[in-house]
Amino acid sequence: MAKSIDVSDLNIYYGDFLAVEGVNIAIPARSVTAFIGPSGCGKSTFLRSLNRMHEVIPGAHVQGKVLIDGEDLYADEMDPVNVRRMVGMVFQRPNPFPTMSIYDNVLAGQKLNSKRMKKSESDAIVERSLRSAGLWAEVKDRLSRPGSGLSGGQQQRLCIARAISVEPEVLLMDEPCSALDPISTSVIEDLIHELKEKYTIVIVTHNMQQAARVSDETAFFNLSGVGKPGKLVESGRTEKIFSNPDEEATEAYIQGRFG
Amino acid sequence: MTSQLAPEPAKARRTPTRPGDRVFFGISFGAALVILLTLAGVAIFLTAEGIPGVTASADQVKSGLSFPAYVGPLVYGTLLAAVIALVLAVPVAIGVALFISHFSPRRLSSVFGYVIDLLAAVPSVVYGAWGIIFLAPTIVPFYRWLYDNLGFIPLFAGPPSATGSTILTAGIVLAIMVLPIVTAICREIFLQTPRLHQEAALALGATRWEMVRMAVFPYARSGIVSASMLGLGRALGETMAVAMVLSPALVVTPNLISSTNPNTIASNIALSFPEASGLTVNALIASGLVLFVITFAVNFAARAIVDRRKDFSGAN
Repeated sequence: MAKSIDVSDLNIYYGDFLAVEGVNIAIPARSVTAFIGPSGCGKSTFLRSLNRMHEVIPGAHVQGKVLIDGEDLYADEMDPVNVRRMVGMVFQRPNPFPTMSIYDNVLAGQKLNSKRMKKSESDAIVERSLRSAGLWAEVKDRLSRPGSGLSGGQQQRLCIARAISVEPEVLLMDEPCSALDPISTSVIEDLIHELKEKYTIVIVTHNMQQAARVSDETAFFNLSGVGKPGKLVESGRTEKIFSNPDEEATEAYIQGRFG
Repeated sequence: MTSQLAPEPAKARRTPTRPGDRVFFGISFGAALVILLTLAGVAIFLTAEGIPGVTASADQVKSGLSFPAYVGPLVYGTLLAAVIALVLAVPVAIGVALFISHFSPRRLSSVFGYVIDLLAAVPSVVYGAWGIIFLAPTIVPFYRWLYDNLGFIPLFAGPPSATGSTILTAGIVLAIMVLPIVTAICREIFLQTPRLHQEAALALGATRWEMVRMAVFPYARSGIVSASMLGLGRALGETMAVAMVLSPALVVTPNLISSTNPNTIASNIALSFPEASGLTVNALIASGLVLFVITFAVNFAARAIVDRRKDFSGAN
């Protein structure tokens, strides 16, 4: 569990369009790495390339290597379905399955592995996942109700519970708090702190304070111009990026002088 | 000093309305009213004209049967033909719709969509002609095979019809006729599945088919039911194609492939009307009333099915 990610010379294309160019980054295990940068700079695209979710758009492909503990995600024999079982994802807007109960939502990933489980076993997984997501106390009396009846923040924690119920190596979060109010946001941020004990977490955020609060490492992405590919400008310890970055552009962005 | 200012009596507050809104309200309300009036008119006509047919004694009508004995086999035939049509059409329609919405390359899917829509534009008399001239003779060997191999099932007890003019042939023709509408609605619903839910399934490591089962089908379920019911409505009421394909008798039998077949209400009205007079006409109209009630019941049942799991529908 909890593996490190090594990306070398990664180019991401949508058809002929080069969206992200030349990313080299090492993401350590059991830590939180934040991606920051202006809109359209490719940070979400890069995040999605870490579990091959960008491939749901026809024509998307990559050059380069993404290694998770030495295993190449883009090797020929690697099935994207297996990649996604290893690398979980939480989306910008909470997306519990509306037709499933809270209980079934948490177990959705388990069902895909098509293991026959005893009731006691699945009960245990549901409780453990909901506890890890800090939602157990709020929903334990209404597990059979639809997940869509919860508040936005609760739904997002339900999605986190769903993602971690299959015990992935890595958890990707694509702006997980952007649709939430400040109180729900702070609950999720506390949760991220707890989850990094067990998982490698990568989070995209537009909120620089959030990046500073939750992350150990920060990576700054930028566009060199309209229609040009996004690039990784610099990455490093969060304290360093926020106090003493190497690049002028990083400092300008963090101080709010542009973007 | 007591206050002389009594509080003003509370006036009912009225939100100001604009003329445009009032006009539009009038138009849409009028349109809704026309529907109700039309339906009421049809119901009143059927009831008023039908009652003499229901109460007529057996020797007053051409069939020489009391009304329940006359209409029973027709109801059975109507339901049987419609059920055969749905059983055959719905799985195919779901498959085709799913192929168009989630599996085929985009260019192919639009071509497919047009072809399916074209099927809906073919008039029913053409389907009837195709059914009797091409399908019925072609399918006779298949009926013989069913009889030889599956004859122990009452459905295929035979003896197989030599012309192929059976209720199963009629059901197949009906299936082809309801296919486009069921497919078109299913396709629209499948396409509306929120991207978020599909991505949620894929991100959990679902294959394409698992994603469809996890995100698309549950979301589309009420739509599939509605589509099937619309298809059923069409199959129940279809007249021309059945009248042309079927060689009818007044029987109730589970046998789908023999030469004695129950007729459907609509087809029976079309076939008997030209030679009917007096109370026989009333009896035919009464059978129309029965069809009207069946269609109503089917639609209510569909609503009830869709409403039962409203909380989980994804509409909230």
